[in-house]
Parts: sequence; structure tokens; C-alpha cells
Amino acid sequence: MQTALSIAMDAFAYGMALFIICIGLSLTMGLMRVVNLAHGAFAMIGGYIASYAARDLGLGYGFGILLAMVGTVLLAIPLERLLYRRIYDRSELSQVLMTIGITFCVIGITNYFFGPTLKTIPLPPELARPIDLGFRSIAGHRLFVIASGLVVAGGLWFLIERTGFGIHLRAAVENAPMARALGVRTEIIYAASFALAIGLAAFGGVVGAEFLPIEPYYALRYMVTFLVVVSVGGAGSIPGALAACLLLGAIDVTGRYLVPDFGNFFFYLAVILVVCTFPRGLMGRAQ
Amino acid sequence: MQKTSFGRLLRAGALALAGAWGLSVAASADTIKVGIIGPFSGPFALQGKNFQAGAEAWLAQNGKTVAGHDIELVYRDLPTANPQQARALAQELIVRDKVQYLGGVYFTPDAMAITPLLKQGNVPLVIFNAATSAIMTSSPLVVRTSFTTAQTATPIGKAAVDRGIKKFVSVVTDYGPGVDAEGAFKKAIEAAGGEVVESIRMPLNTTEFSPIMQRIRDAGAQGVFAFLPSGPPTLGFVKAFSDTGLKQAGVKLFATGDLTQESDLPALGEAASGMVTSFHYAVSHDSEINKRFVAAADKAIGAPDLLSFPAVGAYDGMFIISKMIAATGGKQDAEKAVEAVKGLAWESPRGPVKIDPETRHITQTIYLREVAKDAQGRWINKEIAGVPDQKDPGLAK
Repeated sequence: MQTALSIAMDAFAYGMALFIICIGLSLTMGLMRVVNLAHGAFAMIGGYIASYAARDLGLGYGFGILLAMVGTVLLAIPLERLLYRRIYDRSELSQVLMTIGITFCVIGITNYFFGPTLKTIPLPPELARPIDLGFRSIAGHRLFVIASGLVVAGGLWFLIERTGFGIHLRAAVENAPMARALGVRTEIIYAASFALAIGLAAFGGVVGAEFLPIEPYYALRYMVTFLVVVSVGGAGSIPGALAACLLLGAIDVTGRYLVPDFGNFFFYLAVILVVCTFPRGLMGRAQ
Repeated sequence: MQKTSFGRLLRAGALALAGAWGLSVAASADTIKVGIIGPFSGPFALQGKNFQAGAEAWLAQNGKTVAGHDIELVYRDLPTANPQQARALAQELIVRDKVQYLGGVYFTPDAMAITPLLKQGNVPLVIFNAATSAIMTSSPLVVRTSFTTAQTATPIGKAAVDRGIKKFVSVVTDYGPGVDAEGAFKKAIEAAGGEVVESIRMPLNTTEFSPIMQRIRDAGAQGVFAFLPSGPPTLGFVKAFSDTGLKQAGVKLFATGDLTQESDLPALGEAASGMVTSFHYAVSHDSEINKRFVAAADKAIGAPDLLSFPAVGAYDGMFIISKMIAATGGKQDAEKAVEAVKGLAWESPRGPVKIDPETRHITQTIYLREVAKDAQGRWINKEIAGVPDQKDPGLAK
């Protein structure tokens, strides 16, 4: 029982870290119909900025997160204007080609400037120490990740379902020409949601750095995991992404505990089963 | 008809090739080319940079001329383990670039793909890193200046039991070297009177280690032996070990030096403090010759905190190649070259070493090290004991 609880706790934390990183990708793919393979690259940039701010400038963890999100979004805005805007209505193939190109460029540039070694983001003492939960002790940082995940999920749901911005966004996604005719400025809506997705990626890159360490090949190394989460959850669905992250996290973590020799077998088995049963993902939108 | 004309063509081609070969050998008699294959780009570029730093450091200290012959290094990039490409690169180096010596090679599968070419090409291969015992049996023209996983994983077994720890769990990455390390450690522990209660093999791309730590806890071990290839996962592993409270509970973590290579230490920092590893080389090794080596290699690599163990393999590899050149008078004679370095003993930056005449693998001191801070406050692998004259137990019959 204790072991089961303990595994559940690990799975929950891991799933939440995945969720924070992937939800932005799910939004760009589901709402804006852009296959942004460079999403992981933005998470990585966030991680690098936070690491630089917290380790080399000594600004502390909170500041690091803030700078990472703002900095990554600032870097992404010119990219959105110059590159992404051209591919919004193009075929998936051109989107994939361009975004993977961006990924490789980002890898090359970070490797050149920051070197190929691992970068850590020093945690504040409150998050760095193990916290005793009674049945086991868990790193404080993990509880922080879980809390952040819940806040992100709730906040996004509210933003998209309950605010004026959300209504405009959903309208632009459903029928862009009609929304434009009604006076919705779709470019601004798109740019804002792109910035939101990138900001979340950066946030996820920083808080998830303990699970997925920051290094130049980050974007490629975890690309498959991120895409799998989005396709299992159903692109564009917040509850779907949450369910997918928790489900896949649980299967992955339990598999690693019980039969580590099987590697990722159970993870991919689950993916196959889900995708066969729900071709649009767990809670994908019908088109 | 068809057959004869094809045969003639073949013969003519062979003659032309032979002519070209003769000419080029005559023309390049005073420059000896050494082909170095390593990961100079991609995820393992750091290790390739260390190859380069080690080789350049040797040239900087000893000059570019050996016994009147100029040495020219030809680098070839092999970003990840890729046997087909390794073979193609080696072939190209031998046939087109006319190298007399091959060096480098980071991964075992690549070395295994190259060895069948050596005899035909009349070229010896000096391995700077690839660490599986079996490579040495695949060709008599291979010499190795690095280490093997069995060589570094064996001494730590006795050292761990000497600290009064009896029950161990071994945790390794599930691939060739990991399985080697698991076997070597188990053998060493049992010989010393300890016991491995559980052997866990983790998939190669694991990044979330809490479940593994929970299993270690459930197994009730007093000590853990870990082997992971150096890279991003080592950080997660060592962090998870301290985050899940195993470190605080008094469980001791032992590993081979791959887990705490110097370039990763700034990232590992406090989490790794006190961890005991066994390895053939620490950048902090206290000797005059090592200080000079580190100074030269720092200069060659550009950023001193990137310097790590592959550099010393490359440095000693260049020394071996220089001895080979001197012994053959600059002529291309692979067998004579390898024969000349069998039994060769010298003082390396890592301490006294020797090429074992039977296995052509390096015999060296394996050091026990503890992760600690030095006087300047940098994290280092502090050597606490040495087990001298370790051959490769993986090749012992």
C-alpha cells in the first residue's frame, strides 16, 4: 500500500511536469493548427535563461522563472511575425519542415554559446529539501510542480472558457474569415495565444528541469514524448492533455518500478491502445 | 567474352590503383597522417572535444615531428554510435587520405566495425575510449589507452565491502557496458564477502528515477552500485538519490567515474557530495606531469571546465602512436608497430601505466575518489586511494 501510494505520488509529479510543458503544444496544435515541433526548443530556451539568471546572476528561482517566461516570449515574438505567420494556413508538411529547422538552429546556437554541458537551475532551500508526507518523503520541488500544474490547468480553462479573449480565440479557430468579418483581429489573437503557449513552454522547461535536465539536445531528446502526450490527449483539449499526462506518467512510472527491464514497452503499448480506441485522442475535438 | 573483358578491366584497374598507391606513398613519406574518429558534433561533442584537446596537448608539448617525420592529424566526425558510418569513415581515411594510424573511437560498436579493416589496410588502431573488453579480441592490431568498464567497476566492490557494507543493489543502464558493469561488480562483491540482493536494469532513455529509488529502498540495501553513461541522465539519477531521502537514510552510493566526470560536476554539485566512485583518471590527480597535461589540454579545449577523462586517453594514445612511428622508422608496418608497444611502460598524467603484452590493453591504477570541494571551492573527484596495476578483468581467462 505504502509503495503504491509512493508510486502514485511520483507519477502525479512527473505527469504534472509533462503537462506544463506540453499544454502549450496542445494549444498551438489544436487551436491554431500549427504543428510546432520547436515547442521543446522554447522550453529549453526558458531553462537556459532561468539557469543563467539563477546560477550566474544569482537572482533566485522565482526571478529565474519570470525572466525565462518573459525572455522566451520576447525571443519568440519576432519568430512568430517573420516565420510562423507564413505557415498558419500551410500544409502540415511545411509546418513540420520549418519548425524542425528552427529546432536544429536553436540546438546549434545554444550549443555554440552555452556549451554542451548540463545546466542546472539552483532551487531555493524551501524547495530543495525532502518533505515528509508520512508514508514517504518527497522532494519539495515535486510538490511545487504538482501545485503549478494544477494552477496552469485551472487558469487555462478559465481563460479559454470564461473570458472575452477565450471567446475570440475559439471563434478564430472555428472560422477565421467569419471571425475577421465580425471584427475579431485574428492576427492579434493568434500572436497572443502563440505567446501564451511559448510562455508556458518556458515555465515547463524551468520547473520540469529536475525531470528533464536542460542541455542543448533537450528539444530533440524529448520531442517524441511531447508529441505522444498531445496525440493521446487530443490536441487543443486541456482536460485531455491533463488526462494523457497523468495516465502516461502513471504507466511509465509504474512500469519502471515493477519491471524496469521492459523499458518503455508499457508506455508505448498504452499509446497504441489509446490511439486505436480514440483516434482523436482521449478528448480530441471532432472536426 | 563478357567474363574476360571484365577480368581485364579489373586487372587494369588494380594496376592503376597500385601505381597511384606507390606514387602517393613516395610523395608523402615525410608526413605521417593519423586519422582520428570521434564524436566532434552532436550530443556527444563534449567527448570529441576532449579527444581533440588530448591529442593537441600532446602535440603542443612534444612538437609535431617524431623521429624526423611530421605528424598530421585528420579528424573525422562520427556524432553517435553508427557502425556502418564508422566503417565507411575508417575506409575513407585508409584508402583516400592514406593515414598510417587510426585513433579515437568513442563507442564500442564503432570500434567493432572498424577492426576487420585493419589487417587489409595495414593500419593499427589506438582506441582512446571505447570501453568493452571484447574489442581487443577482434583484431591483433588494436591497442587501447582508455579503460574498460570491468576494469573500473571491479576495485570498488572490495572497497565497498571494506567499509562494512554487505547488502547491495546494482542499478545499471540496460545496454552492453551496463551489463558488463553489473557482472563485474557482482563478481567483485561476492569475492569480497558481500551480497547483491537485487540487480536493476534501467532503459537507456530513463529520466525519471524516483521509481528506481523506491525499489532500492524496498530492497533494503545498505549500498547502491550504479552505472550510467555520462550525460543528462546522470544528473537526474544522483539528484533523485538525494531527493528521495536515500542519501539522508545513510545508503551509500558507489559508481564508476562515468557518473561524476569533471564536466558534469558543477551541475551535480551538492547532490553528489560524498559519493564514492572508481576510475582511472581524475583531472585533479596530484602529479607534476598531470599539472602540465591539464595546462596544455585546458588551452587546447578553450574552456577548462569542459576537460574530462577522454582527453587523457587521447593524450596517451598520441604517445603510443609516436612510439609506433619511431619503431617503424616512419614506414607503414602495422604488425611491427603494435609489436613495438607491447609491454611499453611509461608515466602518464593518470600515473604509472603499461600496455599489457597479451591483451594490448592498458594496465593502470584504478583510483577511489570522493566528490568534494577543492581549496578554490570547485567540485572535484578527490582521490582517496589507489589500486595499482589493474589489468582488464574482463579479458582474464
